Amino acid sequence: MGRIQLKKVTKSFGEVEVIPPLDLTIEDGEFTVFVGPSGCGKSTLLRLIAGLEDITSGHIEIDGTDATNVPPAKRGLAMVFQSYALYPHMSVRKNIAFPLRMAKLDQAEIERRVNGAAEVLNLTDYLDRRPGQLSGGQRQRVAIGRAIVREPAAFLFDEPLSNLDAALRVGMRLEISELHKRLETTMIYVTHDQVEAMTMADKIVVLRAGNIEQVGSPLDLYHSPRNTFVAGFIGSPKMNLFEGPEAQKRDAHTMGVRPEHITVSDSDGLWSGVVGVAEHLGSDTFFHIHETGLADTITVRVDGEVSFKHGDRIHLTPREDVIHRFDGKGLRLA
Amino acid sequence: MATQHSRSAARLMMAPAVILLMGWMLVPLTMTIYFSFKRYLPLRGGDLGWTGFDNYVRFVTSTAFWPSVQATLVIVGGVLVITVVLGILLAMLLDQPMWGQGVVRILVIAPFFVMPTVSALVWKNMFMDPVNGLFAHLWRFFGAEPIAWLSEASMTSIIMIVSWQWLPFATLILLTAIQSLDSEQLEAAEMDGAPLLKKFYHIILPHLGRAITIVILIQTIFLLSIFAEIFVTTGGAFGTRTLTYLIFQRVLESQNVGLGSAGGVYAIILANIVAIFLMRIVGKNLDA
Ligand SMILES: Nc1ncnc2c1ncn2[C@@H]1O[C@H](COP(=O)(O)OP(=O)(O)OP(=O)(O)O)[C@@H](O)[C@H]1O
Ligand SMILES: [Mg+2]
Repeated sequence: MGRIQLKKVTKSFGEVEVIPPLDLTIEDGEFTVFVGPSGCGKSTLLRLIAGLEDITSGHIEIDGTDATNVPPAKRGLAMVFQSYALYPHMSVRKNIAFPLRMAKLDQAEIERRVNGAAEVLNLTDYLDRRPGQLSGGQRQRVAIGRAIVREPAAFLFDEPLSNLDAALRVGMRLEISELHKRLETTMIYVTHDQVEAMTMADKIVVLRAGNIEQVGSPLDLYHSPRNTFVAGFIGSPKMNLFEGPEAQKRDAHTMGVRPEHITVSDSDGLWSGVVGVAEHLGSDTFFHIHETGLADTITVRVDGEVSFKHGDRIHLTPREDVIHRFDGKGLRLA
Repeated sequence: MATQHSRSAARLMMAPAVILLMGWMLVPLTMTIYFSFKRYLPLRGGDLGWTGFDNYVRFVTSTAFWPSVQATLVIVGGVLVITVVLGILLAMLLDQPMWGQGVVRILVIAPFFVMPTVSALVWKNMFMDPVNGLFAHLWRFFGAEPIAWLSEASMTSIIMIVSWQWLPFATLILLTAIQSLDSEQLEAAEMDGAPLLKKFYHIILPHLGRAITIVILIQTIFLLSIFAEIFVTTGGAFGTRTLTYLIFQRVLESQNVGLGSAGGVYAIILANIVAIFLMRIVGKNLDA
């Protein structure tokens, strides 16, 4: 079980309020991702849940019981740190066994769980090495191993993949998702990478300056962002957001069109512009279009290879059914 | 240093320093060995010719020899234990955020800048004097009979004085080591359910291993040869005659250079035995 509820939780460091009153419920077994720009309070929120930081006011409930003043070790949560925080002078085996030894489990049970975790994480061959003798990905797996042997009510991950290279990151992303499917344990995952958030999450919590901007499934956020901040943050490449006559024509202050919802043509279309930089990914191509009269740059995504060149004048047509409209405060219009 | 070229360049660059140090060490060493085989009494006839191993035999068979080795080892061991244990505690204390941290840190380091002679005299006259010393006043305040520190508890007194001098050094080295400990490791241990003592034993202490080794090795080198503290306090009486002090007495008080030199050679042997012993115990912390 691992249902976590935050009720009117706030956190201040001295005078500075980092988390204004915040309510959030994380259901049992859910994979929740906290995402937001740097410094928005993701780590702080995670550390509040872990108990590594005292909350200034409010309550935290875990499985219906008040855990506000429960010390970290007693909350039944396991955390994977960004720096992995492995114990450098202990072998991998001892690292993974450490929480079990602290919990005074008997030797046979420790052995069984450590070997089980090592098998799941492909660490069996490395059990007698020191962390210093492992690659980044392997260290990451040891850190996860140390978390899973405790059989916690929930896992907390603080940007666990940010120290890995791009290829490894994709691999570990899948492994963590797999692990979640297998264990069906609550996981809270902090990242500033919206691709990680979209691909892994059951539920995404978008944060800005300690405020929750929107909570929802990845597709909810993609299809109906509650405001311009979420609209700009979720989706890659970013949504095109602009004000002006085109927006007013649609009764909105700001309108947004995702790059994949614009069709291009060399003959006719609603808008026109000049091709700037083209990013060829093979499967698709991103064009940065200038001089459209809408915004400095409009990004367009086109399937496959299209042979527009730098400086070509082309025509753009948005798909009217998926245009996003926002009012003067940046809130979504129905 | 990876290549053949850079290795030989490095050797060339290091040569002057190595040669200088070798000379610095070899000249006195050779002279000590030379004199140790001579009967040389500067005020009683000067150089009286070769005597073979006579000086060596006389030095070890003197009743003062083994007690002096013991005194040396007790002082070195006692000071090491006190400075390392208190040093770790102080370093952990100073690592906590607190008001006036900078000033406190400077104050802690201060004793290290006081010359050994001066600090020993201050301890002797201000603290340990059986009539006017602060300790005597303290004892009397609680209705106890003041202790004549330097005669009744001579060894303890010397160890206290020398520990006071070396504690700042140990604290400083250990403090920098503690500050380099990744705070996430402590938090991870906290999440893993390690109570304070276990955190200390499993995380902090192993992290300090290397620094402790360095403190022990460096201090040993200097502690084996402490002299001023004994000279100005007990003058080698009351069982505080160390090997260094014994050699001093043989050379300067008995005016027997040959005998003293033989003692010097024994001191070198003792230092090497201690060094080998220490490297066996703590040296592995320096690898990796
Ligand atoms: N111990 C602290 N004392 C004072 N301010 C702090 C402390 N820890 C964090 N803050 C402030 O709280 C805010 C949120 O920090 P936090 O580490 O939670 O950001 P984050 O969302 O995790 O950012 P990142 O993506 O860069 O890790 C920041 O503005 C930071 O300066
Ligand atoms: Mg962070």
